[in-house]
Amino acid sequence: MKGQYVQSKISRKDFLKLTAIGSALALANLPKKAVAAPLQKKKSKYRFCMVIDLRRCVGCHACSMACKVENNVPLNIEQTDRQIFWNKVFFEQQGLYPYVKEKIYNRPCFHCENPPCVKVCPVGATYHDQEKGLVLQRNERCIGCRYCALACPYGVRYFNWAKPNYHNRQDALNPDVETRSKGIIEKCTFCIHRLEKVIEKAEKEGRAIKDEELHYLPACVQTCMSKARHFGDLNDPESTVSKLVRSGRAFRLLEDLGTEPNVYYLKEA
Amino acid sequence: MEILEQKLLNPFKQFGKGSKVLIGILLVVIALGFLAWVRQLTLGLSVTGMNDRVLWGVYITNFVFFIGISHAGTLISAILRLIHAEWRRPFTRAAEAITVFSLPFGAASIIADIGRPDRILNVITYARLQSPILWDVICIGTYLISSCIFFYVCLIPDIALCRDRLEQAGKARAWIYHKLALGWQNTDRQKRRLDKIIAFFSVFLTLLVVSVHTVVAWIFGMVIQPGWHSTIIGPYFLTGAIFSGVASVVIVVTILRKLFKLEDFIKPVHYDNLGKFLLAFTLLWFYFTFAEYLTTFYGSETSHMSVFNAKFFREFSGAFWLMVILCFVLPLLILVRKKTRTITGLVIASISINIGMWLERFLVVVPTLTRPRLPYSQGTYYPTWIEWSITLACFAGLILLYVIFARLFPVVSIWEMKEGKEKAIAEVTDRFKAYQPQISR
Repeated sequence: MKGQYVQSKISRKDFLKLTAIGSALALANLPKKAVAAPLQKKKSKYRFCMVIDLRRCVGCHACSMACKVENNVPLNIEQTDRQIFWNKVFFEQQGLYPYVKEKIYNRPCFHCENPPCVKVCPVGATYHDQEKGLVLQRNERCIGCRYCALACPYGVRYFNWAKPNYHNRQDALNPDVETRSKGIIEKCTFCIHRLEKVIEKAEKEGRAIKDEELHYLPACVQTCMSKARHFGDLNDPESTVSKLVRSGRAFRLLEDLGTEPNVYYLKEA
Repeated sequence: MEILEQKLLNPFKQFGKGSKVLIGILLVVIALGFLAWVRQLTLGLSVTGMNDRVLWGVYITNFVFFIGISHAGTLISAILRLIHAEWRRPFTRAAEAITVFSLPFGAASIIADIGRPDRILNVITYARLQSPILWDVICIGTYLISSCIFFYVCLIPDIALCRDRLEQAGKARAWIYHKLALGWQNTDRQKRRLDKIIAFFSVFLTLLVVSVHTVVAWIFGMVIQPGWHSTIIGPYFLTGAIFSGVASVVIVVTILRKLFKLEDFIKPVHYDNLGKFLLAFTLLWFYFTFAEYLTTFYGSETSHMSVFNAKFFREFSGAFWLMVILCFVLPLLILVRKKTRTITGLVIASISINIGMWLERFLVVVPTLTRPRLPYSQGTYYPTWIEWSITLACFAGLILLYVIFARLFPVVSIWEMKEGKEKAIAEVTDRFKAYQPQISR
């Protein structure tokens, strides 16, 4: 056969036809699951959820501070408009004097079921954890494009504009939590390092997680002096959070955006 | 040597004093921008004016703007070629060069913007197709490579001409011409092959132009933020891109015309055509803008209206109304009347359009970010000198590449002009005959 030109039996036109038919068949035979998957809600093993009782919150900022200490969030005192708050307390003034009312909200990450931030990340640095149903962050992968922070309608994502500054309190850092570098995004993890310990322990003992184990798990919940915060697993219908979510007072922020947040609020009245 | 060749080859035989000074100034500006970037790398993006609310600013504006003006080349060169517009010939090269030289600075703006440029390759190794940023990487990458190939292929016959005609230009130059000409000998076989490649790229690049700027817009459009999440944003951005692209062609061509004394080649009639083209896009741009804001205003959803108000009445109103004047009122007044549609008029309109379009990009990116949906405090944004010097460096880089190019290669496509002279009249006559009804023969 050396040096001989072999005429292919299939012409170009036929080849194109075959390719078209082939790909059509392949598409038609795609497993139903693959097509339907994005439409169906994936059920994660756990659905960790926080319920915040607005009637009880006094706006003391203790949750924000506890979070900062627990998660090695830099202080960055010198940068006033670039403060990082994994948990933030903010206020809304309503009405005119003398009928004024101040509404207090406090806000961790909402750990949406349909997170807009995860969708847009070009490198998968932020991802939706299938087991715990949490939106988590891979610090070592983030390129710092800040697209996720723009996509998040709740503004829970924070960028490290400068090298994290702990103001000589490095020795007080929490060894369980990785510190972040300059130029990447960080956000609330529902204290994943504490959660993992609980899950591990339960798995070792071969049992399911107890509701009590979760009650005061994240630092913000643990520290709340007015017990305004509750934490638990929504997949367990008997958990405290499930009961609270079923109550008539429960609502979520910007629910019409379809992000399906896992943080519920309880109305003041 | 033919007169045509002589006229087009003469001006760029060597770097004059003026261009040396210009290159010097540009290098200084680039060096300053580079220093600013080094400062930003060491201290982090905290040296910019961006903050927790306004996470994107001038860099992303520049990115969209550079990608926008890059649409000039393809439009003039590929689309006008496809529709056999004969008046394109004298400035195809100048337009293509804008494309090739502005795209790298679009990419550079992204490098300046991201927090960890050292991890930029993650976009390839951990690529997630679901992210609009990756659509951009793919589209702009393809666009950059294809337009470089297209530009180079169209340049080969002229490089060969330089190789043959400019032996006295010096050893280094002769070597460059010799290598880059790829042994072009003007044979029929080579010409046929060239035509084939150009025909393919004309179609391919036209498709790319549409996709590139649409996905640039989709970076914003796919995100559920007021002012961004709109179906019209893709076509709106594309229109703006072509608009500012053609305006930049007008500016560049006028400078080249003046410097290289190309009055014979680029005539008022060409300007008139470009002017009409710009006029059409002025109106189209206004149509899109009007449709966009009327829809927002009429629907008057709270979150959308707060962005709308920020642009129309609050802190961005100055920039917004300036944009309307620069992109619509002024160009319309100049371009609509034959009396003002002169070369000077066109240049004024083009400069105004380009400033206006930069503002438009800025007003897409920033106001949305200052108005969070939740009751946080409003965002403010004041770019710092770091951002401005990197911006200036990008523009200086674009000009520098252009100056070097214009000093090394013919800025008017000589072979295409010749082809026009030799073939086009017959071709146009044939085409005209084909349009005629049978009876009249």
